[in-house]
Amino acid sequence: MNIIVCIKQVPETTEVRINPETNTLIRDGVKSIVNPFDMYAIEEGVRLKERFGGKVVVVTMGPPQAEAALREAISMGCDEGILITDRAFAGGDTWATSYTLCHAIKKIAQEFGAFDAILCGKQASDGDTAQVGPGISSWLDLPQVTYVKKIEEIKDNRARVERMTEEGFDIVETPLPALMTVVKEINEPRIPSLKGMMRSKSAKIISWTARDIGVEAKDVGLSGSRTQVVKIFTPPVRKGGEMLEGETADKVNKLVELVKGEVTG
Amino acid sequence: MLNYLLTDEQKMIKDLAHKIAEEKIRPVAAKYDKTEEFPWEVIKVIAASDLFGLFIPEEYGGMSVNVMNLCLATEELSRACGGIAVCYAASALGTFPIVLFGNDAQKKKYLPDLAKGKKLAAFGLTEPEAGSDAGSIKTTARKEGNYYILNGTKHFITNGGDAETYTVVAMTDKNKGARGASAFIVEKGTKGFTFGKKEDKLGIRASSTMELVFNDCKVPAENLLAKEGMGFIVTMRTFDMSRPGVAAQALGIAQGALELAVKYSRQRHQFGKPISSFQGIQWMFADMATEIEAARALVYSCARAVDAGEKDIGAASAMAKLFASDVSFKVCDMALQIHGGYGYMKDYPIEKYLRDAKITQIYEGTNQIQRNIIGLQMIKDLAK
Repeated sequence: MNIIVCIKQVPETTEVRINPETNTLIRDGVKSIVNPFDMYAIEEGVRLKERFGGKVVVVTMGPPQAEAALREAISMGCDEGILITDRAFAGGDTWATSYTLCHAIKKIAQEFGAFDAILCGKQASDGDTAQVGPGISSWLDLPQVTYVKKIEEIKDNRARVERMTEEGFDIVETPLPALMTVVKEINEPRIPSLKGMMRSKSAKIISWTARDIGVEAKDVGLSGSRTQVVKIFTPPVRKGGEMLEGETADKVNKLVELVKGEVTG
Repeated sequence: MLNYLLTDEQKMIKDLAHKIAEEKIRPVAAKYDKTEEFPWEVIKVIAASDLFGLFIPEEYGGMSVNVMNLCLATEELSRACGGIAVCYAASALGTFPIVLFGNDAQKKKYLPDLAKGKKLAAFGLTEPEAGSDAGSIKTTARKEGNYYILNGTKHFITNGGDAETYTVVAMTDKNKGARGASAFIVEKGTKGFTFGKKEDKLGIRASSTMELVFNDCKVPAENLLAKEGMGFIVTMRTFDMSRPGVAAQALGIAQGALELAVKYSRQRHQFGKPISSFQGIQWMFADMATEIEAARALVYSCARAVDAGEKDIGAASAMAKLFASDVSFKVCDMALQIHGGYGYMKDYPIEKYLRDAKITQIYEGTNQIQRNIIGLQMIKDLAK
């Protein structure tokens, strides 16, 4: 079973700071990590390899330093790391990014053979869109299963999986190859082994540019994006509510007054 | 911390052990301290990380024997829990006799599983009447055909009960005194080998400390390590290798305690300020950090000397263990003092550090015995 895992390098912080002038993330002085949700995708890819054999190819689109994210994935057991990097990719929205990754995946299939599944984390901790995974499946015209919490069975080119919903979970069967985005309930990512870390240090990371994957600059990055970020801001802190005191009847009357004030205000 | 010019591999080992300590040990340290259960869930993680391979040669499935690497791993694990770290380090102690004195067949049979952490090892020397006076052990091994028959009791054995592979020192010839002792590999489950009392300890409570009871226990003759009569040479050489590890454990506990104290001092406000802003507290930190760094420099130098093949390592190894463990207890005491009343309560992790640090002054030779070793070496050197 051959698996492709898509990952993203993100800043290690839960409070992302934004440059108010350029509307971009401030990355200076912030350590970069593998998007936490992608760690579950890496772990699941490696577990599937351990269960069914095959190969795990991990791919990321990003600046040259995103190579570190690929090495971390290799230390956990992924076989190959591919960095899609080009200045032309900068500023891409989820449309342009998923388009780019779609072409990278096509090239991976050419170079490393057909694959059975593409795994992604459910979303990235910086952008939080949860759109790139589904976007890739659309560009590739593959079935997609989002929020996967368990891969129950893989048999006869079909996978039966559980996907999380707000109410509980669905059991879904999908033909393979398919794209799945995973949630943190699916597994507990392993700590790499020393041998894995040594292997990842000397592993060769393959680097592909826009030309290598056969895309044109106008279709990727900022120029290929369908959305434009007009402004990013930190929402103002919500003020605490007002508590009404007194007898119930008085409180109701006061409330009605307040609502009227708001409406007519 | 000073730059100790670690190799890339050593940095990796340190980072890996740090990650295990922070993600897998720190969250469960208090639980195992309370329950005294053996921390198998953590041992499995350490095993999967290849760290058990750090004291076993590559040809037997390890990562090569390197005391410095073992020290780096033990130090980092101990920062989060001295008890869980000793379950790891005690396996090195039980394994060293086989690494140092085992023949090829013994190494092939026992080392691969120990290197993968599938099995743990333990070292059985101490007896109720033979602690510092190790020469007075009473456990006997009588040769009968292709077997040795072991009789006697070992106590205070770390990893006792949970380890599968034991190296045990017993008297093959009582009349020869220290030269009548021999070392054996004894497998758990061997007929006549049972476990006695499990100790209820002050600290390092995640690790098991048990009595080993030998009652006409038949050990195959091929399990003799080296030759008859070499038991104490095996023991001394083993301790030379393992003492830097105990020193590293002490060092890690001290470092962990200092970090907790610094963190607490910034949160704790008295007289309208964080207590870290008081010079009295800052000077305590300065003393703690300086002594820890001095201990670290000594421990690493000693470990590197062992790895470089330095022959007379006994005194240096004793100095590292003596100094690092005394620093550790002192630093933990100061760290608890900085926590004040809260530090005395079990709601805070610092009191455990003080309890865990204490043992490092006692085991693998009390610090008084370490001083004997150092003192004797000085007299020997002068007589040369």
